[in-house]
Amino acid sequence: MAVEATTGSELLVTRRSFRSFMSEVFGPLLQVFLFVVGSAVVLGGLVILLAAALRGTREDIDLLQGTITILPQVIIDGMVRGFLYATIALGYTMVYGVLEFINFAHGEIFMVGAFTGAFFSAALASSGMLTTLSPILFVIAAVLLGMAVSGFLAMSVERVAYRPLRNAPRLVPLISAIGVSLVLQDVMRIIAVNTGLGFNAQFRTPDLGQPLILAQMPIADGRTIPVSIDSRSMIFIVVAILMLIGLNYLVNITKLGTAIRAVAQDRPTASLMGIDVNRVIAITFLIGGALGGAAGILFGMRVGTINPYVGFLPGLKAFTAAVLGGIGNITGAMVGGIVLGFLEAFVASYLSLFTRGQFSGASYADIVAFSILILILIFRPSGLLGEVVTQKV
Amino acid sequence: MAADNRQVDQPTSLWAQLRATAGRGPAPYVLILAYAAIVSALLLLNPTTGLGTDMVVVLFLLLMLVIYRAPTMLAFKLTLGTILLAVVMPVFGVLNPFYIDVVTKAGMFAALALGLNVVVGFAGLLDLGYVAFFAVGAYLWGIFSTPQISNIVPGMEPLHGSWFWLFLAIGLAVGAFFGVLLGLPVLRLRGDYLAIVTLGLGEVIRVLATNLDRPINITNGAQGIKDIGRPPLFVEPVFQALGITISQVQEYRLYFYFLVLLVLALTVFVVHRLNDSRIGRAWTAIREDETAAIAMGIPLVRMKLLAFAVGASFAGTMGVIFSALQTFINPPTFDLLRSIGILSMVILGGMGSIPGTMLGAVIVTLLDLQLLPRIASELAALQRRGVPIPSWFDPAQYQRLLFGLLLIIMMIFRPEGLLPEDRRRQELHHDEPAPAPESKKVASVAESAQSAEG
Repeated sequence: MAVEATTGSELLVTRRSFRSFMSEVFGPLLQVFLFVVGSAVVLGGLVILLAAALRGTREDIDLLQGTITILPQVIIDGMVRGFLYATIALGYTMVYGVLEFINFAHGEIFMVGAFTGAFFSAALASSGMLTTLSPILFVIAAVLLGMAVSGFLAMSVERVAYRPLRNAPRLVPLISAIGVSLVLQDVMRIIAVNTGLGFNAQFRTPDLGQPLILAQMPIADGRTIPVSIDSRSMIFIVVAILMLIGLNYLVNITKLGTAIRAVAQDRPTASLMGIDVNRVIAITFLIGGALGGAAGILFGMRVGTINPYVGFLPGLKAFTAAVLGGIGNITGAMVGGIVLGFLEAFVASYLSLFTRGQFSGASYADIVAFSILILILIFRPSGLLGEVVTQKV
Repeated sequence: MAADNRQVDQPTSLWAQLRATAGRGPAPYVLILAYAAIVSALLLLNPTTGLGTDMVVVLFLLLMLVIYRAPTMLAFKLTLGTILLAVVMPVFGVLNPFYIDVVTKAGMFAALALGLNVVVGFAGLLDLGYVAFFAVGAYLWGIFSTPQISNIVPGMEPLHGSWFWLFLAIGLAVGAFFGVLLGLPVLRLRGDYLAIVTLGLGEVIRVLATNLDRPINITNGAQGIKDIGRPPLFVEPVFQALGITISQVQEYRLYFYFLVLLVLALTVFVVHRLNDSRIGRAWTAIREDETAAIAMGIPLVRMKLLAFAVGASFAGTMGVIFSALQTFINPPTFDLLRSIGILSMVILGGMGSIPGTMLGAVIVTLLDLQLLPRIASELAALQRRGVPIPSWFDPAQYQRLLFGLLLIIMMIFRPEGLLPEDRRRQELHHDEPAPAPESKKVASVAESAQSAEG
C-alpha cells in the first residue's frame, strides 16, 4: 500500500510539465504582484483625489503637491509592511490549515527570530567581525540562523503545549497558546536583560550600503527630491519574495507539500493513506516558525532596536492579514498581508497630513487594521481569496 | 471503573477515613470554629507585615473556602462568614492597612472575574478584551469627577463625590451599552475568531484612551487622569459614637473594603440567579452545542449579546469603583495583560463555576500583589546576607511568566479548573472512564436546551 502510494506520487512529479511547474510556483507570486500594483494604484489614486478635493482647506502648504511628493515613499513603505505581514501570516494560515487552530504564540516566534539576529550580531560585534563581514553573507547567515531557531522553537512549542490538547474543545489549545506567548515574552526578556543585550536590544549590521535612488521627483521652483529605497527595505522585499517562491515550491510541488495539503484537507483520511499526521503537523509548525523567524530577522534589521514585546502587534496584524486573505489559504495570506500593509502605510502617512496633525496617523493605523478585521469577518468571513465553507455539524 | 466504585463505597485510605470522621455530627462545627478562632487570633494579635502574616492571611482566605465546602448548616456558614469578613477583617485592616488593600483588590478582581465568567464560563465566548469595559467605567467616572469634563462640555464643573453612587448605576448601563455595541458586530463569529477580535477591540480602546487628547482633550492621553473624586464619607458619626478615632485614609480604606464586599456579594447573587434561570440554561446550551441550541429555538445572537452585556456591565461598575479607589488612571492600566490576568483567574478556578472563579481571583491577586513581591524582598534580604542568589532573579517581575505557565499547565492537566463546575468536568473528561456516564451529559444538554426553549 505504502509502496503504491509512493510510486503514485513520484509519477505525479515526473509527469508534471514545465508549464504547470511554473504556474504553481510563480502563479501565486503573480497574484501577489497584481495586488501590489493594484493596491498602489487604487490607494494612490484615492489619496490624490482626496488631496485635490481638500486642496483649499490648508493655506500653509500645497496639499496636492505634498501628497504626490511622499507618495513613492509611502508605496515602498506599504510594500515592506505588506511583505512583513505576509511572511508572518503564512505561519498562521498554514497552522490553521492543518489544525484549525490559531497559533496565538506565532508573534512571539517572530520576536524570538528577531532576538536571534540581535544575539548573532552582538556576538559578531564582540569578536570584531561585524565590520569586516560581507553584508550579503551576514544577511544570509542571520536569516538562516533565525529560521532554524524559530522553526525549532515553534516545533517544540507544538510538541509541549499543543499536541496534548489536540482533541480538546477548541478554546483549550487557544488558551494554552496565549500562555505560551506570555511565557516566551518573559523568558526572552529575562535572557536579554541578563546577557547584556538589554531590554531594548540593538540589532547592529555591517554597512549595508547607501539608499538606492530610483528617480528624481520634481517639486516647486525647479528643485527635485530623490525617490529612494533604503537597502534594508530592499533586502526585506527580496528575501521575502525568495521565501515565498521557496514556500510555493515546497507546498505545491514536493511530496511533503502534498502531504501537508492532504492533512489540511482531511486528517483521518490522510492518516489512512499512510501519512504520519503528527510528523506533518510538526513540519508545518517548523515551516511556519522558520518563515516567522526570517521575518523577525528582517524586521529587526530594518528597525534597528527590538524589545521582547515587539512580536505582539505584528503578530496580531498578520493574523488580520491571514483572515483578510482567507485563513488556511497560502496565497490568500500573502495577498492579505500586502493589502493590509498598504492600507496601513497610507493611513499612517496621510491621516496626519489631511487632518493637520490632529490625529496621529501611526496610532490610528492600528485601529484601521482591527476595523478591517472586523469588517471582513462580518461581510466576507471567507476572506478575499477563501472559499465559502459551511460549518459541519 | 469497578475499582473506582469500590474505593468510593468503602473508605479505606487514611485520608478518606479522616474526612468521614471530620464530616460527622458536631465535628465540622468544632473544627471550623477552632480554625477560625486560631486564624483570627493570629491576625489580630500580631498585625505586623511579613511573610508569616502573609501566610496567615492566606489561611484566612482559605477558611472562606473551607466554610463554603463544609458539611454544615447554611445559617452557620453565613453567620461565621459574615463575622469574619465584616468584623475580623476590618479590625485587622485598621491595625495593618497593607493587607486590607490587597483583600479589597482581590474582592474587586473577584467581581470582575465573575463578570468575565458569565461571558467565558457560562456562554463559552472567549473574550480577550474584557478590560475594555473596565476602562470605559473607569474613564467615565474619571472624566466626570475631574476638570477633564470641562473640555468636553464647556463650562461644566466636575461633579461632586456624592454623584459616585449614581455613577455606579450609570457605569453599569454604559458598560452594558458598550458590551452590546462591541458585541453586535462580532458575536456571529465562531469561538476563536471572536477571541482575536475582542482582543483587537480591547487594544482599540486602549489606543483611543492614549490618543484622545487631540483634537479635544477627552482622556488626557498617556498622562492619564489624576485626582479622581471619591464619594463623601458618612460613617464618621458611627466611629465617634463608638469612641474610635481613625484617620480619613483608614476610613476610606474600610469604606472601599465594605463597598467592594457589598458589590461582590450582589454580583455573586445576580450571577448565581442568572445561571439557574432560563437564560443561564440557554447559555449552557449555546456553550455546549450552538447548532443544537439553535435547533431548540434559542435566540442565539440575543442570548450571546445578553451574556456580553451582563459581563460588560459588571466591568463598567467595577471600573467606576476602581477609579475612585485609585484616584488615578492611565491607559497602561488597561492593557492586554490585565485582560489575560482576569482570564487566568477564571480558568484557574474553573470556567463556569462561581466559587471557582472567586478562588481563582483570590489566588492570582494574592500571588501577584502580595506573595511574589514578598518572596522577592525575602530573597533580596537573603542575598544581602551573602546567600548566592543571582541578582536577576526577581519573582515580582515575572507576572507574564506566571500567568503564562498557569494557563498552559491548567489547560494540559486540569482544564476544568480547581473547583470545577460539574457539567464542564464531564465535558472535558468525557473520553476517560468517569463516574458519570456519557448518556447523562447528552441528557443534561437536551434537558437544558428544552427548558431554555420552553
